[in-house]
Amino acid sequence: MENNSEKITIYVMGKKHMVPEDLTIMKAMEYSGHQFTRGAGCRGGYCGACATLYRKKGSYKLEGALACQKIVEDGMYIAQIPFSPAEKKTYILDEIKPEAATILEYYPEVSRCLACNTCTKACPQDIMVMDYVQASLRGDITQAAKLSFDCISCGLCAVRCPAEIVPYNVSQLARRLYAKYIDGPSEHVLERVKEVEEGVYDQDIKELMTASKETLAERYNTREIDLNE
Amino acid sequence: MSSFRSTSVLRLHPENKVFNERIKELSGEEIDLCFQCGACSSGCPMTQEMDYLPSKIIRMTQLGLDEALDSGTIWVCTTCFNCEVSCPRGIDVANVMESLRQLVLRKKYDRVSLDELTPEELRELPPIAIISNQRKLTG
Amino acid sequence: MTKLAYYPGCTLKTTAKNFDDSTVASAKALGIELVEPERWNCCGTVHALAKDDVMHHLAPVRNMLRVQEMNSEGQVDSKEMITLCAMCYNTLKRSNQTFNEDSDKKQKIQDIMFKEEATYSGSVEVKHFLETLKEMGWDKVKEAVKTPLTGLKVAPYYGCLLLRPRGIGIDDTDNPRIIEDLFEALGAEVVNFAYKQKCCGSYNTVHMKEVVGDLAHKILKQAKDGGADILATACPLCEYNLGPRQEQVKVQYPSFDSIPVVYFTQLMSLAFGLGDEAMAFEANRPDPRPLLREKGLLEE
Ligand code: SF4
Ligand code: SF4
Ligand code: SF4
Ligand code: SF4
Repeated sequence: MENNSEKITIYVMGKKHMVPEDLTIMKAMEYSGHQFTRGAGCRGGYCGACATLYRKKGSYKLEGALACQKIVEDGMYIAQIPFSPAEKKTYILDEIKPEAATILEYYPEVSRCLACNTCTKACPQDIMVMDYVQASLRGDITQAAKLSFDCISCGLCAVRCPAEIVPYNVSQLARRLYAKYIDGPSEHVLERVKEVEEGVYDQDIKELMTASKETLAERYNTREIDLNE
Repeated sequence: MSSFRSTSVLRLHPENKVFNERIKELSGEEIDLCFQCGACSSGCPMTQEMDYLPSKIIRMTQLGLDEALDSGTIWVCTTCFNCEVSCPRGIDVANVMESLRQLVLRKKYDRVSLDELTPEELRELPPIAIISNQRKLTG
Repeated sequence: MTKLAYYPGCTLKTTAKNFDDSTVASAKALGIELVEPERWNCCGTVHALAKDDVMHHLAPVRNMLRVQEMNSEGQVDSKEMITLCAMCYNTLKRSNQTFNEDSDKKQKIQDIMFKEEATYSGSVEVKHFLETLKEMGWDKVKEAVKTPLTGLKVAPYYGCLLLRPRGIGIDDTDNPRIIEDLFEALGAEVVNFAYKQKCCGSYNTVHMKEVVGDLAHKILKQAKDGGADILATACPLCEYNLGPRQEQVKVQYPSFDSIPVVYFTQLMSLAFGLGDEAMAFEANRPDPRPLLREKGLLEE
């Protein structure tokens, strides 16, 4: 990897490396010879796989970031948090209701929340995590769903929570309840499902399934993306 | 007179002194003022469930006996503050109970567990019941 | 309408919605609009008693901060924060006191919340709705009564946290009058009973329901022996332990006859004639409606 930018020092799991100053944490780690086998995914800030904890030079603050988004800084101490251990409960959405009792039944540990706000401080998505945990506790499913909309389940809030709550699992339940019972059902999804069932796309799918690798590559590279949509 | 004095002074062993001081510090209560009138115990709603009466717990902490940490009393106390309003010496016994619980809870101990509650209980119990139960009885 | 900041707490938004609804409606009937903060969090339900505990003060202080913000934005007419749940009242009031009296702790709390949001100045005054009523004057309450609770024998149940520890209570710790005065203003007959300040077993209800069954039995039996038709409370945990937990009482004391337990604001709504939605009696267990019909206070 060639790069003519100024070099700065970072510490990956305590080991010192000199890396170009304009790289993201992820690229800087790869530049310094690390290979990601876990803790990397979309590289675009959407998937939440590359959760990272770091401290900056001269600061006691422990901060959270996505390695693929955060640009390195001189003297940064970095550790990857590729996974946060958490049990995800199984529930049948048709059989549960959008109320506090549902949250307490599946994730009763929300009752342990101290309102310390550590989760909010750790969140790389700038989500008001404490506020959505608190909204869930009091059964305000709409607020919990709206506040947590940008959550990518990176897990940083969960590893830092002193009450051992897994906020992203709680908010996922809240968003599902919100979508099913409060906001939904969504008209355009129903319409599209109907089209799929009626076979409107059968021909297109067949074409894709039988296309050669070259055709697929060609179609992917020339696809239309409307970023304003 | 002087012999009376020398026998009436209670001398604690160093380790007892440490425990006595720790409880005073954590609870903020002048436990040494207790003269064992028993008023705290007589008004306590939970004595039937206790192995040591609240006044006895105070005596144990005065003497620096850390057996108080092994008592069941500290775990059934409801923090109702009946003892606090009864004490003629101005001791808030509920604070002492809390400091004893805290000393145990801070050593990775949980008295209760959410895992033991059934889905029905979790749905039915008022949130304040679960929250206060967790606050008081888990670390 | 006087606008006052209102902190409902988690339980009034969930299992005690009837407390919330009846409170907001009866306050309105008295010319008070209770305004809930846009953001708020669980107060923690119990005061942090250990002297070195700073962490558990954060939750109450954050809520006070929200009310301070409402104040500076002119959303409410006073520095008061009105509470209903006895546990919320006690926790918020005591933390506020600690914050204002213990400068070391105050500094630590502010350090933890540093750069996070505005700083709390300590200016908010935590109050219980009963205190608001008393200040307003029992005559005012009397004026709002449309259906006096004539012939209804109400046993006021204070429980612990409205009155204790000393210096925190909304009324005299040993001889409280405030709920009695309210019910006299509402035209009810007040039943005084010795266990009105006795503990219902509190959070032990979660893992020791037999113990709560015993305590509830003692309290309820004494109220009944004093001639009470119904108990009125200001705490959702008391309400649960004395109300729905009567099922447990019956298991332990088969000859026990149930007695309804309601929130004081539900009976205010009844006396003020505010309708079914405000009274919300359907959520109470045992159901108080048969009794109230029998007394001619509710229509068939
Ligand atoms: S809420 Fe938690 S899991 Fe979701 S993005 Fe923020 S830190 Fe990650
Ligand atoms: S870190 Fe945990 S305890 Fe603290 S506010 Fe967030 S969810 Fe609550
Ligand atoms: S606070 Fe505890 S020890 Fe004191 S009277 Fe109540 S239950 Fe008994
Ligand atoms: S009431 Fe006070 S002085 Fe009397 S035994 Fe209890 S703690 Fe001691």
